[in-house]
Amino acid sequence: MSEHPSVAALRARFGAGLAAVSESCGDVIARVESGRAHEIFTWLRDDPAQAYDYLVDVTAVEYRDPELPLEVVWQLRSLPHARDLRVKVALDKAGPLEVPSVYDLWRGADWLEREVYDMFGISFAGHPDLRRILMWETYHEGHPLRKDFPLRGHFSRAEQTRQALAANPEAHYSIEELSIAESYDDLPAEMRARLAHGERGAV
Amino acid sequence: MGMTLPEAATGTTTMSEISPNWVTTRLDFLVNWARKNSLWPMPFGTACCAIEYMATAASRFDIARFGMERQSFSPRQADVLICAGRLPFKLAPVIRKIWDQMPQPKWAISMGACASSGGIFDTYAMVQGIDTIIPVDVYVPGCPPRPEGLMYGITLLQKKIAGETITDTAMREEHLVGPDGLFVRRERLDEISEPFGNSVQQTRSA
Repeated sequence: MSEHPSVAALRARFGAGLAAVSESCGDVIARVESGRAHEIFTWLRDDPAQAYDYLVDVTAVEYRDPELPLEVVWQLRSLPHARDLRVKVALDKAGPLEVPSVYDLWRGADWLEREVYDMFGISFAGHPDLRRILMWETYHEGHPLRKDFPLRGHFSRAEQTRQALAANPEAHYSIEELSIAESYDDLPAEMRARLAHGERGAV
Repeated sequence: MGMTLPEAATGTTTMSEISPNWVTTRLDFLVNWARKNSLWPMPFGTACCAIEYMATAASRFDIARFGMERQSFSPRQADVLICAGRLPFKLAPVIRKIWDQMPQPKWAISMGACASSGGIFDTYAMVQGIDTIIPVDVYVPGCPPRPEGLMYGITLLQKKIAGETITDTAMREEHLVGPDGLFVRRERLDEISEPFGNSVQQTRSA
């Protein structure tokens, strides 16, 4: 099989920024440096020869082997060229778990990055609203898809139930998620202040 | 059913004002007959059990035959909460609030293995039986239960309602979340949530 055209172009343009290239089940995986990831994504989206205009998925992997680093995975698709590319960034578990957000490139990254943050505890620098999305906001047992997270959670069932019942879910919607978004300016000042900062339920 | 008088009423014990007598048992019979045949269900469908619930409500099985003609999607106009499906911890305050909003008299049916015990989902995210959150009258086993199973549960609930009496005021008391923020005692909750069956075999990474 001939080399993936985007990989050749990436290597020519970014050199060492492209750490490694591999192939799995017919899909080409480009491993890139975390520091240059955002630059590479911008180029992949905007260069007419690449035109990766569709972000299919953002996810992360933690391998059972504790020596292996965490990986953040972006699955890209170029609709004009009918081409797929998987981009990975390796994250050392000892260091800060942070990668650049691609929210500014693909709006669809919003909830995908929130999910990765919620499940793995990986921060996306530049994300405008990095909150938990699957677990409730007062949840603080950790990040469930990490390998050091026990299947039943850290707390006892009684403690989990107590915290869940105290969660007060209505208090954690942002203005945009509430139907009152358009009438925000008409709300009483006290309520505006409360909603602007987002109430936090006691745990 | 109130058709036959309980022994306490026919025996030689002194009758106080609240003890069952001919008038109260006749009244019980009438009230219970009305209640059990006009149950308005509040469907709390979260998973595949809700599909079976829909089948139960649709023409082939048709729970309108039991007086459940009107599906009450408003808790304030509902009599019986049917939790059809697994309940994650995230929904625990929601079902609790719905239950608190329902006026007395009210009953709850826990439909399926997950609602009754957590089922196969012995995980960080799942309530291990909704009876740790709200009081439950009838448990319907199955994964998911067939409509016949749910209908059997409904008829069981009707039998239970038929045996109620207005002289027992404790029956209609609200069971609220306690000052410790829990519905059942902490030790009891931990005890009934312990892993069982295949669940004890699962591998854990930590």
